[in-house]
Amino acid sequence: MSFTLREDQKALQQGILDFCSNRFPRDQLGAIDAWSFDRELWSDLKEMGVFALQVPEEDGGLGLGMTDAALVFVEFGRALMPGPIVWTHIAAKHIEGAATGETIVGGIDLTKGQDEPLLLENFESLDTVLVLREDGLWEIPKADMSGEPVRESLDPLTPTHLITSMPSGDRIGDSSESARLAREGTVLTAAMQLGVAEATTEMSVAYAGTREQFNRPIGKFQAVKHLCADSFVRQELARGAVYGAAATLEHPEVGDENRAASGAKINAGEAAMKNARTCIQVYGGMGFTWEVPAHFFLKRAWVLENAFGTMDEHSDLLG
Amino acid sequence: MDLKISKEDETFRRELQKWLASAVSAYGSSPDRKDYQARREYDTGWQRNLFEAGYAGITWPAEFGGRGLSLNQQLIYYEETTRAKAPYVGTNFVGLLHGGPTVMVEGTAEQKERHLGPILRGEQVWCQGFSEPNSGSDLASLSCRAERDGDHYVVNGSKIWTSFAQVADYCELLVRTDTEAPKHKGISWLIMPMDLPGIDIRPLPTLLGESEFSEMFLDNVRIPVENRVGTENDGWRVTNVTLRFERGTAFSGEIYELKVWIEEIAKAAEAAGTLDAPMRRKIGRMRAEVDGLGYLLRYTIAQAGETGVPGVGASAIKLFMSELKQNMGDLSMQAIGRAALSRQDVGGLPADEFTFETFQSLSMTIAAGSSQIQRNIVGERILGLPKDR
Repeated sequence: MSFTLREDQKALQQGILDFCSNRFPRDQLGAIDAWSFDRELWSDLKEMGVFALQVPEEDGGLGLGMTDAALVFVEFGRALMPGPIVWTHIAAKHIEGAATGETIVGGIDLTKGQDEPLLLENFESLDTVLVLREDGLWEIPKADMSGEPVRESLDPLTPTHLITSMPSGDRIGDSSESARLAREGTVLTAAMQLGVAEATTEMSVAYAGTREQFNRPIGKFQAVKHLCADSFVRQELARGAVYGAAATLEHPEVGDENRAASGAKINAGEAAMKNARTCIQVYGGMGFTWEVPAHFFLKRAWVLENAFGTMDEHSDLLG
Repeated sequence: MDLKISKEDETFRRELQKWLASAVSAYGSSPDRKDYQARREYDTGWQRNLFEAGYAGITWPAEFGGRGLSLNQQLIYYEETTRAKAPYVGTNFVGLLHGGPTVMVEGTAEQKERHLGPILRGEQVWCQGFSEPNSGSDLASLSCRAERDGDHYVVNGSKIWTSFAQVADYCELLVRTDTEAPKHKGISWLIMPMDLPGIDIRPLPTLLGESEFSEMFLDNVRIPVENRVGTENDGWRVTNVTLRFERGTAFSGEIYELKVWIEEIAKAAEAAGTLDAPMRRKIGRMRAEVDGLGYLLRYTIAQAGETGVPGVGASAIKLFMSELKQNMGDLSMQAIGRAALSRQDVGGLPADEFTFETFQSLSMTIAAGSSQIQRNIVGERILGLPKDR
């Protein structure tokens, strides 16, 4: 009983980190113009059991918990892993084939904030769509929906459609199931935001330590050093909040699940957005180019901020 | 990785709650903030009660009169005493959280014998003589001079920001014992009895208008050599033992106080009629931030439990907490609106506490390593960026 990573969790974290850096390396991000669904990458994720992580072993899953899942999604965030990974993961218990990754699941959370215009990430690659509503959990087969691709997505790695028609679909779970999925999606999205925050802190520090101006590394100047330190502080606060929320969802008796999930989204959202901006600033002019991948992190941070409730929406829930 | 509480910890919590429920109300209310003698009596009296009930020195080893319990139980202690509004550590702070722990690690058998038990029992109050008028953030440049004269050091110089000097029995004093050596290598750590001749204490009113701080002038003060902790000229290393405690778990109590404060702000905003949607949003956000800080604290302490040293989170906690407290101060003033024009409660609103805490929070980004110094520490020691000195 300890609020630190177990040995097997450290191994899991390292395994996913290795996979991501081999399979989806950061230095190749700059070559990406617009992303199209990578079936091979998806099938690797399937084989690793990413979507069956929390499915009990007797049902063919890995039998792990929310804290394990959070650690995995932090690494996905760090790598900017594309695709509807959060939705497919949380759909495991409700959608046939989601746990094995055979069915690709996307989703819309209508329990918070704005519902028009209705934009849906990764629409083209989906088989089915979950809709979280106050009155329950709904499923709409993708074939019953129609949408137009937006001409250019904010995040090149997250192709997005404007949904033009959508039936109400089938109610497949009650309101408490809908709320549970919203919480899990919130925490896993926050975990990805923590990953974005960590990656951009690393990049800022690495660049500040090597880039020289005035005959010294720019990281020697306190003005730059303190930007990096502030990124680290936001990252650590986000880590506390994300780990705390994951541990609360895993053992609800230790706290208030909704409060912990909202807190994770707020603190990790702040860290992802601000650290990505800081990274662009530390890189200076190069940070404003396509070639340096800092912008991909800021763009993803913005996509994640708008998934499962924004910082303001979650603050209102806690207010 | 989990947040579950062990049976043992749960039992500890329940017993503590039970004791606090009667002990706090029986102890009576705190004295006037400006009456330092009364504050000493109040704080040390409560410490004595804690000792008798077995709640003094939770993590101190049993051989020094402590309970030898875990850091988790220390956290539970802070959480429950804050929740129960038990008296704050107050004048016992330096003894319990700086001087005592340093003597425990670096002191001689006689020093431990002379100080640790009395500190735990509330019989000894300590103050801190580190900073000087010309040595603030650059503490190692300190110039308060100690010259050997037989079995005494003769000390001359001045110290500043010395909290509770006027009621302290001992001072943890940093002095320069070698003026030739590089600045970090010529410092010694002494225990100075406050009743020695040659110590002149002048109150230094803070922006609160109170004189918790003093300036301390030392004129040929003769301190026995046996009062030195650690070897001569090794005081900087000994000091860092103390600072590590300060930057580790010493802030746990403050974090729980912030948790309580944000709820008081919400209540006051409702009473003052300022609880509109933007105010609710700000309160919600701060609840999330203080929760995040609490989780980070638990994570850092769990790491310390495994490795024996506070995790890298300690500096991050100090930085974030001190700024959060200042933001919370601003919010508390907004919450009570024009009632904050008074420093005493008015219209049933807690103007006394809110203005006091808001003013007090201004010291938090300065004391115990300013936020700018903390950012250097994070940048250099944690992130490995090059030093600019």
